[in-house]
Amino acid sequence: MSHSAPTPRVDDREVPSLVDPVFELADLTVYYDDYAAVRDVTMDVGRTQITAMIGPSGCGKSTVLRCFNRMNDLIAGARVTGKVSYHGEDLYAEEVDPIEVRRRVGMVFQKPNPFPKSIYENVAYGPRVNRMRPANMDDLVEEALSAAALWDEVKDVLKKNALTLSGGQQQRLCIARAISVKPEAILMDEPCSALDPIATAKIEDLMHDLAREYTIIIVTHNMQQAARVSDRTAFFTAEVDEEGLRHGRLVEYDVTSKIFTKPGDSRTEDYITGRFG
Amino acid sequence: MSASAVTKSPRRRRPLREGVFRVSLYACLGVGVVFLAVLLAYIVVTGWDRLDSRLWQNFPSIQIPETAGAQSAIMGTIWVLGFTALYCVPTGVMAAIYLEEYADRNRWYNRLIELNIQNLAAVPSIVYGILGLGILARGLGFGFTVLTAALTLSLLVLPVVIISGREAIRAVPDSIRQGSYALGATKWQTIWRQVLPQAIPGMATGSILALSRAIGEAAPLLLLGGLAFVTFNPAGVFSPFTVLPIQIFNWISRPQEEFRILASAAIVVLLVLLLAMNSVAIWLRNRYQKRW
Repeated sequence: MSHSAPTPRVDDREVPSLVDPVFELADLTVYYDDYAAVRDVTMDVGRTQITAMIGPSGCGKSTVLRCFNRMNDLIAGARVTGKVSYHGEDLYAEEVDPIEVRRRVGMVFQKPNPFPKSIYENVAYGPRVNRMRPANMDDLVEEALSAAALWDEVKDVLKKNALTLSGGQQQRLCIARAISVKPEAILMDEPCSALDPIATAKIEDLMHDLAREYTIIIVTHNMQQAARVSDRTAFFTAEVDEEGLRHGRLVEYDVTSKIFTKPGDSRTEDYITGRFG
Repeated sequence: MSASAVTKSPRRRRPLREGVFRVSLYACLGVGVVFLAVLLAYIVVTGWDRLDSRLWQNFPSIQIPETAGAQSAIMGTIWVLGFTALYCVPTGVMAAIYLEEYADRNRWYNRLIELNIQNLAAVPSIVYGILGLGILARGLGFGFTVLTAALTLSLLVLPVVIISGREAIRAVPDSIRQGSYALGATKWQTIWRQVLPQAIPGMATGSILALSRAIGEAAPLLLLGGLAFVTFNPAGVFSPFTVLPIQIFNWISRPQEEFRILASAAIVVLLVLLLAMNSVAIWLRNRYQKRW
């Protein structure tokens, strides 16, 4: 089995076309100081699709992910060239407020990072800092927790510290937290890498449900996961330059079933069949 | 290495060295603990007869040691320490926030500030006394008052407050900040609602320990009029004052045996205050152990 590609998910829905994409990357290069971590990425991300970014370590997929909500701004020395558009608008334009970007584009991290507060407060934090003032915060919290398939497990312990939850529950709480501010897209940076298979399966099911409403971009090391959950897959790799530095590159980006069954590039094929990486 | 070395029975080697090392460790520990115990016992025994309500109900007296008390010094200590806390805790916390969350470490002036704060923590306290005398008491005309004393002690312990505040802020994991930013929180909201609440126990512990250094300080206050013979409680920040360490110093330097006993009793009061503050610090630290 080690030399066969993972089977892509049995499609219960058509992969929508990329007309009217949410994000468009054009020749995106991200530098950390003078070092280009990832170069010349061009790809579109479709609305309410799940887009997976896969590739070996150091290929820049997380770096690219952090451009969609300008989280790279928080790293000293990080800068981008090229273009990241959100509904046609340049996300890195002078007049764009990164804080507003992050409200519309949520993020879930590799390691569950609930705030050391109650479950309720974790979910209510986003609406509060964004001054959303919902008519009823309790309803909003319930709605977000239900959408993250966590409500039934925590409805009686909302006042309990979120850190008492299991890892999988914590990660679903982080998803609920991201949903609470009603974003359009959710970025997930290896959301299951710290979780056991059962918790992973729950999150993957959840992603399918969420994809009806949200645009999801997921970075994953797990090719089976990419094959199971995503509509489109972007395969990145790292190229080593003459000075020995690694620069990420987008090798191939296509409908997931195509990437995993008829990859257009031999490097993709080598990676997904386990010959490399 | 011969084969016999490998086949030796697994008995413990060098039991002697092991034992000697262990004993010397206990001995080193013992020096500190025994000294403290002897000191405490000696002071309590010496001061026992005067450890009664006269001590905090009466004011100091030069002539009659039998009725002399330390009320003005106790109240002075509370006043000075209260205002020291009022000045140095907010200032120190703000400085710590700046240095940890805002300062760009690549800028030379931020590195200079850091270096300075570390050095300031090592400056002898008498130097702060001279500073207080020259700038606060004389230059700004605050005189020998509670205000001057509190500001001087604030400067003295500020580096400790800043350093412990920075450590408390640094202990808040970055994943918490990232989680907050990713929800569209501003830097201010992230610091105010996530970082500070998590850092407060650590900051409080550090601040209390810093203040318990201030409570025992006599040297800088000797220069600031604390040595004056004061028989009334401070009525405000512009009142003259004395504090316990100075009152103790004052009594010990008198020839009469009764004053020495009185001094021991006052030391016990000072120690009780100090231990109470430290216990609060320890309690805070244990109560809010980091839970991530």
